[in-house]
Amino acid sequence: MQVSVKMREYWRKNLRITAVLLTIWFVVTYVTALFSPALNEMTFLGFPFGFYMGAQGAPIVYLALIAFYARYMNRLDREYDVHEE
Amino acid sequence: MGNNIFVNNLPKIYGAYTGGFLLFIIFLAIAEQMGMSNQMIGWIFMAATIGLYAMIGIISRTSDVAEYYVAGRRVPAVFNGMATGADWMSAASFIGMAGTLYALGYDGLAFIMGWTGGYVLVALFLAPYLRRFGQFTIPDFLGTRYGGNAARVIGIIAAIMASFAYVTAQVYGVGIITSRFLGIALEVGVFVGLVGILICSLLGGMRAVTWTQVAQYIILIIAYLVPIVWLSYQLTGVPVPQLMYGEILQRITELETQLGITKHHVQPFVNNDKANFLALTFCLMVGTAALPHFLMRYYTTPSVREARNSVGWSLFFIFLLYFSAPAYAAFAKYEVYTNVIGLPIDQLPAWVASWSKVGLVTIADTNNDGILQLSELKLNADVIVLATPEIAGLPYVVAGLVAAGGLAAALSTADGLLLTIANALSHDLYFKMIDPNAPTKRRLLISKSLLLVVAGVAAYAASLKPDTILHMVAWAFSIAASAFFPALVLGIFWKRANKAGAVAGMLVGLSVCLFYLIGVKFYGMTPWFGIKDISAGLFGIPAGMITLIVVSLLTKEPDAEMQAFVESVRYPRLGIA
Repeated sequence: MQVSVKMREYWRKNLRITAVLLTIWFVVTYVTALFSPALNEMTFLGFPFGFYMGAQGAPIVYLALIAFYARYMNRLDREYDVHEE
Repeated sequence: MGNNIFVNNLPKIYGAYTGGFLLFIIFLAIAEQMGMSNQMIGWIFMAATIGLYAMIGIISRTSDVAEYYVAGRRVPAVFNGMATGADWMSAASFIGMAGTLYALGYDGLAFIMGWTGGYVLVALFLAPYLRRFGQFTIPDFLGTRYGGNAARVIGIIAAIMASFAYVTAQVYGVGIITSRFLGIALEVGVFVGLVGILICSLLGGMRAVTWTQVAQYIILIIAYLVPIVWLSYQLTGVPVPQLMYGEILQRITELETQLGITKHHVQPFVNNDKANFLALTFCLMVGTAALPHFLMRYYTTPSVREARNSVGWSLFFIFLLYFSAPAYAAFAKYEVYTNVIGLPIDQLPAWVASWSKVGLVTIADTNNDGILQLSELKLNADVIVLATPEIAGLPYVVAGLVAAGGLAAALSTADGLLLTIANALSHDLYFKMIDPNAPTKRRLLISKSLLLVVAGVAAYAASLKPDTILHMVAWAFSIAASAFFPALVLGIFWKRANKAGAVAGMLVGLSVCLFYLIGVKFYGMTPWFGIKDISAGLFGIPAGMITLIVVSLLTKEPDAEMQAFVESVRYPRLGIA
């Protein structure tokens, strides 16, 4: 199979966005959980913030990450002409 | 052409279905006011919903292989999202999650974060590529990617290990719900539920299961949201429990201080230490991205593009339930602190009395003062969701609705799991390894017979009421994560991963995980770094991953043809070269 320069660039972009989103995922999950006792001192929408992040904040960020990735990649497919018919 | 008309009409079909279901509830509510008995309402709910699932099964019956295994690969993203939501959310999510959060407070959020955060891994590492590979099952992927039968066989074994305990727990859940609401014996309830599951998956395979799961999702989400929305309206005047329970949490903290409770509901790491909380979150996430019954749903979308979108919809639909579960826990706790604790025992609210009759609430006046103290009240985890309609003073029809929702959650998950086990045996073991020339008719016949056998064994196991069921379900995540995750993800992202590496990695990952959880749980082994058996994957996943990498590097790289194939999966379509 011939893989063109352009296709390699497509794959590199995919890996880059994957790494970026994965970093956000990691921070939102583990860093906020680690600091949740301190975050609980703050109030957000009436919630202790640490609790809010675990119960709603993190899942909302996850949803945003997945939606962004789908949009980004579906566009990238077209841009690099590897989209399905 | 008929297919396109069907797909285009899906929103209309399910819209009408949802409206019909709401009318059905209103009709029953009116009937209740006119004097219909609770028992009768319970029976009508069960008969109507199980009958409905069976009907969808009959309508979607098929003898076409692609329809049977992957629903013809034409399930649109939104509907696959709903089906995945029902497939994913089991009886434990529907009934047990709120109770866990009630008992553990913040520390229970490991389940919420774990079971939602795993979808990010699915979206980034698996769903689009699995769809591009375009096989029928997860062992199929392993067999194709690594060649030969060794990886496929380990995949079959791990898939069955992760799925069987899980399906047994679902069948048990069906038994509990039907027996409690219909007043029949648990053993009978188990088999009643089984009929509902079998009619569906037996006749139409993945196609019937998909369209039934969409119907089940709609019922379970309505059933979950109605009581809590109502309760929120009563307590706070605003029918948005997911926002309003923040205020309730603050009042709970004040009440806890007054009652002298030192482990606050919102305080992190009081019921589970920091290391175990993070380890559990990690294992649940990676396990989500490795459970075969769930991953195989992404084979059913029409394209890679739809597979990507579908992961987002799946998370959206499960999020609706998961972000409401902590509200259930908070409202129940508030009710207990304000309306139950400190009251004379003969003046407790009616819901406490009615659920203590079935043993889900226990009251023991240990100091004989006639007043209920917090330590004298014990709530079973299942009671939080089941009792909320009564706490809110809702008519019995809502309790019946909740039971139907729990049943839908258990049945839909059981459907997906049974299909996974039967397909692993019929497609991977029989068709791919024993008789590759088997005619379609025989393949499907074998699959359907195996489905019957597996379902029968699961029902038998459930009727024995083993207490280890719940433990085994939690283990399924660690087992699947250790066995599958490294081989799947590296198989996609690392061309150099080869057969020897995958086989060694899967064996080592699975063995380390099993050794740890069996050792700690049954043989009193000292936990490593204090990590509980439920998070055995914390050791199994890296062990499997390192082994896969090292062994692959030490052995010959995959042939050029395979490397080109792996490369091709990176692009939804091969463009101009």
